[in-house]
Amino acid sequence: MSIADSTQFLCFLALSAAVLLGALGVVLLPNIVYSAFLLGGVFLAVAGLYLLLNASFVAAAQMMIYVGAVNVLILFAIMLVNKKETLAAIPGLALRRILSGAVCAGLLGLLLRVDFTTPWALPGPASVGEGATIRIGEHLFSDYLLPFELASVLLLMAMIGAIVLARRDVFSSDVITGEGVDQGLIEKTRTPLLLEKNLQTQPVLEKTP
Amino acid sequence: MVIASAFPPALPLAPALPGLGGGSSLAVVSPGLDLESSFSSLLEGLGLTPAVAHLVWLPLPMLLVLVAAVVGVLVTVWLERKISAAVQQRIGPEYAGALGVLQPLADGLKLLFKEDIIPARADGLLFTLGPILVVVPVILSWLVVPFGQNLLISNVGVGIFLWIALSSIQPIGLLMSGYASNNKYSLLGGLRAAAQSISYEIPLALAVLAVVMMSNSLSTVDIVNQQTGAGILSWNIWRQPVGFLIFWICALAECERLPFDLPEAEEELVAGYQTEYAGMKFALFYLGSYINLVLSALLVSVLYLGGWGFPVPVEWLAGALGQSVDAPVVQVITGSLGIVMTVLKAYLLVFFAILLRWSVPRVRIDQLLNLGWKFLLPIALVNLLVTAALKLAFPGVFGG
Repeated sequence: MSIADSTQFLCFLALSAAVLLGALGVVLLPNIVYSAFLLGGVFLAVAGLYLLLNASFVAAAQMMIYVGAVNVLILFAIMLVNKKETLAAIPGLALRRILSGAVCAGLLGLLLRVDFTTPWALPGPASVGEGATIRIGEHLFSDYLLPFELASVLLLMAMIGAIVLARRDVFSSDVITGEGVDQGLIEKTRTPLLLEKNLQTQPVLEKTP
Repeated sequence: MVIASAFPPALPLAPALPGLGGGSSLAVVSPGLDLESSFSSLLEGLGLTPAVAHLVWLPLPMLLVLVAAVVGVLVTVWLERKISAAVQQRIGPEYAGALGVLQPLADGLKLLFKEDIIPARADGLLFTLGPILVVVPVILSWLVVPFGQNLLISNVGVGIFLWIALSSIQPIGLLMSGYASNNKYSLLGGLRAAAQSISYEIPLALAVLAVVMMSNSLSTVDIVNQQTGAGILSWNIWRQPVGFLIFWICALAECERLPFDLPEAEEELVAGYQTEYAGMKFALFYLGSYINLVLSALLVSVLYLGGWGFPVPVEWLAGALGQSVDAPVVQVITGSLGIVMTVLKAYLLVFFAILLRWSVPRVRIDQLLNLGWKFLLPIALVNLLVTAALKLAFPGVFGG
């Protein structure tokens, strides 16, 4: 085994361990902030795996979209609503955990079965390498055009939803619940204090001789 | 630096002194100075296998770039102190070395010896990890900065995109340190930093995209090569004046330089996310911000100011002097000239950034976000559209 191969193998082992342990941490840690930061770590490790597969464009895109946008957004949401409050005890928590654990284990079993029964073509086709960027662009604008455009429609819907949620002052009643909007939240137009003050009581500066 | 070693077609030719490879490097000059092959052949002459020789070579350019980045920071800190002093009609640092050149070194040593304090109620792990996450992506981005045709760590195909992707990791480090400090000012500073960084990344990426569209490549080397030919006239700044301004404004905002230093606005937030930090952890933030400034200036010079290109094409000069461009001596001179030109352009931009710091007041947070989303983003989109149209209309000038 040459040095390059062994380096690659070690990198693969380290990245896989990071993905597995990080993902377990995301699910199992009680502190939601740790979970969110670990999720960023998992995304980065997945980007590293893409890099090992010679897919540098996909790796960079993964880093930018998942780490730079999705994870930062999650962290933002957590930190903006980071209220210290004791949550009410959920009845039958142990049973719920066992059930969800069983569902997840079943899903894992299913995936493993697919993994072991599929006749993988090994070693797969040669990697495109640096030409991948061009290839991805060609596919995005030919046979994958519709999914690509649908994804952008999804983003547009999310954006309109965010605007509706953020600009409640336009409506007199809440669009979802039908209740009157909390008037305290509405940004009131007010005259700038400093300008008014200056107009009324402008201190006349005596010029010192 | 996992990435550098993971890319198979790594052309690790650092901005090394031409003397590093010894006289034998001049023998292999076909595409430019090939320091790696001469270094490897030297080691193989000592009885090492090619693989081991490659392994010994790999860390050298990375170390060199790391040293170059840190020295660049020292120079920038000194320049900042001296130029700030000149703007305010002071003298500035004077006693540490001639003209105070050793002052940044003294600052660094002071920070090195300071006690490393972790506040009692802070989250120790995240508090330590935050500054590291801020610095590492910035240093990693030096991977794609070219100082010459072959003088960069790795000519990665995704080049400039890698830099944009890496710079999007930084806000996580800022949020982490802001949260872990357990201090309201820190948290607000961290949130502001992340918001600012996300908002300005989009117009920045769009400005880069216009340049990429003209050069048909994401690789920094190709982007510079597309700007050669007619010297200063072929630089991208003439074809992308709006893009240049957008990029520079966004780069300043990404570096949290004045007028966009809201995350650490001292009148409002003490020192933002840095409030609780002391000693070497604070130094990492400090180092990170200055490395980022130098890096941004270098990338502006690569994207818009012709990179390593001399204002007059070197081929013309060599022709006028009756020399062949491929002659070894001319190659060494061209290579050194390239490094000097890249650094010179970058430091000119750093000078402008420092001058801006003392010329313009800080914007408010709402003005900052309005500028980013309502002004720069539409302008950047229009710029992209116009570039695409011009590329279709005049493929000769705007890259066919």
